[in-house]
Amino acid sequence: MLTKRIIACLDVTNGRVVKGVQFVDLVDAGDPAALARRHAESGADEVVLLDITATSDARPILIDVVRRTAREIFVPFAVGGGVRSLADAAALFDAGADKITINSAAVKDPSLITQIAERFGSQAVVLAIDAKRKIDADQYDSIARGSEVYVAGGRRATGRNVHDWAREVEDRGAGEIMLTSMDRDGTRAGFDCPLTSAVAQLVNIPVIASGGAGNGQHFVDVFKEGHADAALAASIFHFGIHDVRELKAQLQREGIPMRLPC
Amino acid sequence: MITVVDYRAGNLASVQKALRHLGYESQVTDNPEVVRRSPRIILPGVGHFSSTQRIADLGVNDAIREVVARGVPFLGICVGMQWLYEGSTEAPDVTGLGTFAGMVERFPDDPAHKVPHVGWNQLTRVPGTESRLLRDIPDGSFVYYTHSYRGPVVPGVVATTNYAGDFAAVVERDNVFGVQFHPEKSGETGLKMLRNFCEVNA
Repeated sequence: MLTKRIIACLDVTNGRVVKGVQFVDLVDAGDPAALARRHAESGADEVVLLDITATSDARPILIDVVRRTAREIFVPFAVGGGVRSLADAAALFDAGADKITINSAAVKDPSLITQIAERFGSQAVVLAIDAKRKIDADQYDSIARGSEVYVAGGRRATGRNVHDWAREVEDRGAGEIMLTSMDRDGTRAGFDCPLTSAVAQLVNIPVIASGGAGNGQHFVDVFKEGHADAALAASIFHFGIHDVRELKAQLQREGIPMRLPC
Repeated sequence: MITVVDYRAGNLASVQKALRHLGYESQVTDNPEVVRRSPRIILPGVGHFSSTQRIADLGVNDAIREVVARGVPFLGICVGMQWLYEGSTEAPDVTGLGTFAGMVERFPDDPAHKVPHVGWNQLTRVPGTESRLLRDIPDGSFVYYTHSYRGPVVPGVVATTNYAGDFAAVVERDNVFGVQFHPEKSGETGLKMLRNFCEVNA
């Protein structure tokens, strides 16, 4: 049976992990390569490294960090932050990324999605959508229409609604959507299940839920009620759950198919 | 030395990285003469079946046919495995190697099963078949998939996976091996399979 994926996320700035797990026994707890390896060994189905300040600093992502991290892991490895062109994407694939995630650059030039998908395959293109519910979200016929797409790390509204944008990126060749709820991100109040569910049923490509995880039950909810295909875990490991394997065991007990043993 | 055939279908870095991790040297080539001299060959690939037309354009298909007939171990991954069938409805004008019978087809339209099939799914051994590639790989092991087309379950299929029906996960006949999933992305299970391939006697 196809399992639901738990994706370990490392937020990196200046080559150091700033959010994510700080394992006490790692000599260098901020090293992305060491942390990625630890996550993969503890059962993460995928690892994503996001250079969270590359876009706002208007600098390229740190290729060397990607290369060192890719060398350590043999599960799918996605990289994002600051990908602006086909050449940027090509450099990341060459450094060992399996997938790239794009957001701002795709909104600015949606043809970039198709360019990367045609050269490297749709499976290599993860479209990140940072979504925020509009003040009058309940006036719309769907939550996805009532939510707006943001770029530049959530700093700039685009005027696009999530419904239309999700459809468009699928048509243009994106292979997956990573949907982050800005309303929930950092709150530990749980994923935005209604929004995740709306998008998951709108498109035929996998939807990765992100933003708001605070405990294991939140993952149960986003898979059962949110119909997510995968869920992102970052800071949750600070708050009582020891590692990915423990989280997956809890989800399996709740009847959610997981890759276990792993 | 493992030869990795480059026909510009995606990303070769991760296959090479996995081989290096296992202690095997590899070389990337699109030159049929290099293929002819190779003791062991991997044909990776992601994306569209039409990209395999380039294997013929480069003259590499004839070279592969020759070395495979001589008993050189050959492993196709993802689209590289699909190419071992007669062809694919994704690009009907492009012919495959035809080691395994039948056509690769798209997953059926079915609201309960998204296409592409992305993620970790399980291997089920086909009863009564032998496999050198799957030596020491337990039934039910998880591997990582990302694909929209799949090979039919025909003679030579030694393991299947279920997603909107059973499809070919692993094909094997003598020195010819193929896997629909990505062993280089399938954790310890995948690394063990790559090691098995690298250790198969020619």
